[in-house]
Amino acid sequence: MRAYRRYQPGTQPSHNHPPYVSSAERHPKQPLIVIPHTLSEITGPQFTLDELRKSSADLTKHGQGEPLGERIVVSGKVTDEDGRPVRRTLVEVWQANAAGRYLHKVDQHDAPLDPNFRGCGHMLTDDDGHYRFVTIKPGAYPWRNHNNAWRPQHIHFSLFGPAFATRIVTQMYFPGDPLLPFDPIYNCTADEEARKRLISSFDWETTIPEISLGYKFDIVLRGRDTTPIEE
Amino acid sequence: MIPATTSQTVGPYYAIGLNLLLTPDMAAPGVLGERFALEGRVLDSNRKPIPDAVIEIWQANAAGKYAHEEDTQDKPLAAAFRGFGRVGTDKDGVFRLTSIKPGSVPGPNGTMQAPHLVVTVLMRGLMIRLTTRLYFPDEPLNATDPILNLVPEARRATIIAKKAEPGVIHWDVLMQGDDETVFFDV
Repeated sequence: MRAYRRYQPGTQPSHNHPPYVSSAERHPKQPLIVIPHTLSEITGPQFTLDELRKSSADLTKHGQGEPLGERIVVSGKVTDEDGRPVRRTLVEVWQANAAGRYLHKVDQHDAPLDPNFRGCGHMLTDDDGHYRFVTIKPGAYPWRNHNNAWRPQHIHFSLFGPAFATRIVTQMYFPGDPLLPFDPIYNCTADEEARKRLISSFDWETTIPEISLGYKFDIVLRGRDTTPIEE
Repeated sequence: MIPATTSQTVGPYYAIGLNLLLTPDMAAPGVLGERFALEGRVLDSNRKPIPDAVIEIWQANAAGKYAHEEDTQDKPLAAAFRGFGRVGTDKDGVFRLTSIKPGSVPGPNGTMQAPHLVVTVLMRGLMIRLTTRLYFPDEPLNATDPILNLVPEARRATIIAKKAEPGVIHWDVLMQGDDETVFFDV
């Protein structure tokens, strides 16, 4: 039995992140207690395609017609820190529509909903760790974190990986977005290279002539320790 | 080596993506084990309800075996029991789920762990998930649990459920305050 490696310093945000105002009342003040990985942490839930049938990896096909906006293909590879593919793992994605509005009662942004866009997708990675989905490019939208605050265009990602220890929720951004330098959520880590890896890259290989641009976003889950756990 | 991808908040609109796999009833009818209902609230620093938190559970079956290939114990798997639960909090910060009490699983250095749920907490305002565990009331193995014993004694009660009516246990997740819930660095 082998544990998962701890995160590299500077590559993950703190629970207390003052520029993100709502973090103040929602982060623990006591230090986290470091625990060794046991069977409970090196195992985790596994999912099958059957239960994902109600959703799909083509977010442009959830309505009666085509959603408005710029159609894109997002794809990438999920690996661990040593480059090994993470196979058959669940990827959940959700996002705003092209106008920057979420299909959610809490979102009161004065931008139109799109009857043909729900903004969610579910898929499993293939045997090489690849995932791919079709969507429309989400719009930027305002939030009330600070004066004239706008979120850069982004897509939310949720992954489980092979173990409880590898669970991650993150966001993918787009290259060249002028809002990135001002976004407290994007700018949450000390390590600039780690931040930049949250930005997808434009990709000719997955760009489909006459149809849609392609963006590539690779995701890395924690790697494994080389020494076994004392059992 | 490329370090693991940076975590970002689940944000206020997680329901769009995560509600498909809401699992308030973790054990289908017929799954063996002692059934329980868990109820609780997620509260912020001012004891105000957090209406947009997600609680995820991972647990072993009643025999103490995880439905996962790396659990190689010679114990039976329960058909139709994955061991995963996901619920959101409502406007009052309340979450509810039902499951079966897990059996004991091995811990480090030949120890046995007390029955427990491992828990992920996600919410707007949290840039990276919090993880904790929930132990069961009146459980003799709690006294020798190798993980619970890493927690200062005065704080252990924050991750042991309280008995409510028969078959119901209660657990509040407090983000801050004198009885702030214990969270782990996993």
